[in-house]
Amino acid sequence: MTAVATADRPRLGERLAAAPWPELAAPAALLLLVVVFGAADSTFLTTGNIEAILQASAILVVLAVAQTFVVATAGIDLSVASTMTLGAVVLGQVYSSGAGIGWAILAGVAAATAVGLVNGAIVAKGGITDFIVTLGTLSAASGLALILADGKPQPVLSKFMLDLSASGIGIISWSVLVAAVVAVTAHVVLFRTRLGVHLLAVGGSTDAARSTGVRNVRVKMSVYLISGLLAGLAAVLLVARVGAAEPASNTSFLLNSVAAVVLGGVSLFGGRATIIGPVVGALLLASLVNGLTLLGVSQFYQPLAVGIVVVLAAFLTRFQK
Amino acid sequence: MTTITGSRLPTAKEQDDVLVVDGLRKSFGSVHAVKEASIRLPRGKVTALIGDNGAGKSTLIRCLCGVHKPDGGTVELDGQPVSFHSPTQARDAGIETVHQNLALVDDLTVWQNLFLGREKTRGFGPVQLLDRRGMRSQAKEMVSALAINVPSVTSRVRRLSGGQRQAVSIARAAGWGSKIVIMDEPTAALGVQETARVEDLIRGLRDSGMTILLISHNFDQIMRIADGVWAMRAGKSVGYRNVADTTGQELVGLVTGAIPA
Ligand SMILES: Nc1ncnc2c1ncn2[C@@H]1O[C@H](COP(=O)(O)OP(=O)(O)OP(=O)(O)O)[C@@H](O)[C@H]1O
Ligand SMILES: [Mg+2]
Repeated sequence: MTAVATADRPRLGERLAAAPWPELAAPAALLLLVVVFGAADSTFLTTGNIEAILQASAILVVLAVAQTFVVATAGIDLSVASTMTLGAVVLGQVYSSGAGIGWAILAGVAAATAVGLVNGAIVAKGGITDFIVTLGTLSAASGLALILADGKPQPVLSKFMLDLSASGIGIISWSVLVAAVVAVTAHVVLFRTRLGVHLLAVGGSTDAARSTGVRNVRVKMSVYLISGLLAGLAAVLLVARVGAAEPASNTSFLLNSVAAVVLGGVSLFGGRATIIGPVVGALLLASLVNGLTLLGVSQFYQPLAVGIVVVLAAFLTRFQK
Repeated sequence: MTTITGSRLPTAKEQDDVLVVDGLRKSFGSVHAVKEASIRLPRGKVTALIGDNGAGKSTLIRCLCGVHKPDGGTVELDGQPVSFHSPTQARDAGIETVHQNLALVDDLTVWQNLFLGREKTRGFGPVQLLDRRGMRSQAKEMVSALAINVPSVTSRVRRLSGGQRQAVSIARAAGWGSKIVIMDEPTAALGVQETARVEDLIRGLRDSGMTILLISHNFDQIMRIADGVWAMRAGKSVGYRNVADTTGQELVGLVTGAIPA
């Protein structure tokens, strides 16, 4: 009986052959960066700096996970960063109106989830291209944020929010822990639940999924809903980090979320995805920016560096196919 | 008591039909894909469905397996009228399909494809996790029960050959104690040896008691493995022949319209 049980597991050779080589590009690049920056600047590998890198990557990790769910179904959520902005502004407005921080957080997350719901309904039920729909909600959500906030940042001075980014366990702040829990949960959902298999099936072959009874519309709705919900969580982390709710457009978060997904080896055509890949991708981008700053490279060069890394990663994954 | 004459299909009284389709219609906008299809499937037999490209064969079977909803007509399964709103309902009722495009997801593994749409889960209440180990070992049984040569149930479908993919799709249709297995051109893309293997699979399924509806353009194949044949022409079912009493030429005549019906 045990022999049968072990025979069920893939052998090492098969595992190696089936190894997702494109997905190993990001960990390799991260290692390289750590070695190079560590050698170039002795402060890079201090616990204080590692704490800063983790802290800086928490929001991006959550957004990259959100983007991964949508991309796995061969879609894209261009609205993810402005949805976060809207969530943050709603949080700030509700808090400044005198409600408790709990209610403010709930309202912010609910607002972002609602945007996800709208995306899902229009893309899945209306059958309109995701690119167009989420481009529309990108604009609508950031416009709404500007209107609600009247264009001004709203300070959110709450002990809970302060603790979220400033305290924690050792070098792991609560924000980082939230991001880690999001990543682990997402991994379980993607690989250990029915929804996970179904969304990879929809991304891989919509037709095959439909013929086998997978409810495509429901799956598509779910991923945009998840994306909105996670953008809401990211909004909480953002407000905690900044100490205020700003209606600023967070375009770099959008670009970096897609970049992290690409770096993580997730296929933009859908059907193939991991969570660990984009998470490492997000860490890579945060380390890159952090290292360049330590080395005194002007901020103006950072987007350029990020762009080069992403294009290189894209080449690498193509080369390995 | 009527006597069975020539190659006509025995009447309903004389024969045990699993599935009876009467006057089924389906249009896509202005395209009348199926205008009037009435066919019956005798239990435990291989029945072929023939017709030229575009005759409406795939559309007819997609109505039977819950992918399309027919515009009119009736379908009776074991004497009970049925109407399926989804593939899942048809599968639950015992109608499985091997689609023309196989309906496999390349990036998923063999076992994931075998269980697609009806994954086994374990857990409490709303928290349900996939029973991966259970599904893997059951998938191995499904594959070995049909003596299919697939490298491993954990390999991705993308890495399989055409024949292996076909076999996986058939194993998925056959592995659930189904009553009826519908196959849409299962050997169209296969070589001689792989075709022979799939034909063996089909005979095996019939011998285990399943009813098969086989769409094929290959009349030699139909003569080899089918018991009866329905012909379709321009969206209409135009006649039935017993394989034992017909010839390839007669079938060609039915399909082209040279023989009225
Ligand atoms: N989803 C659809 N939307 C619109 N038209 C369709 C659709 N499916 C089939 N048709 C049309 O219906 C007609 C019948 O097609 P069908 O696929 O049923 O033929 P077939 O007999 O299976 O042909 P083949 O032997 O080539 O597979 C064709 O004219 C086809 O273009
Ligand atoms: Mg067809």
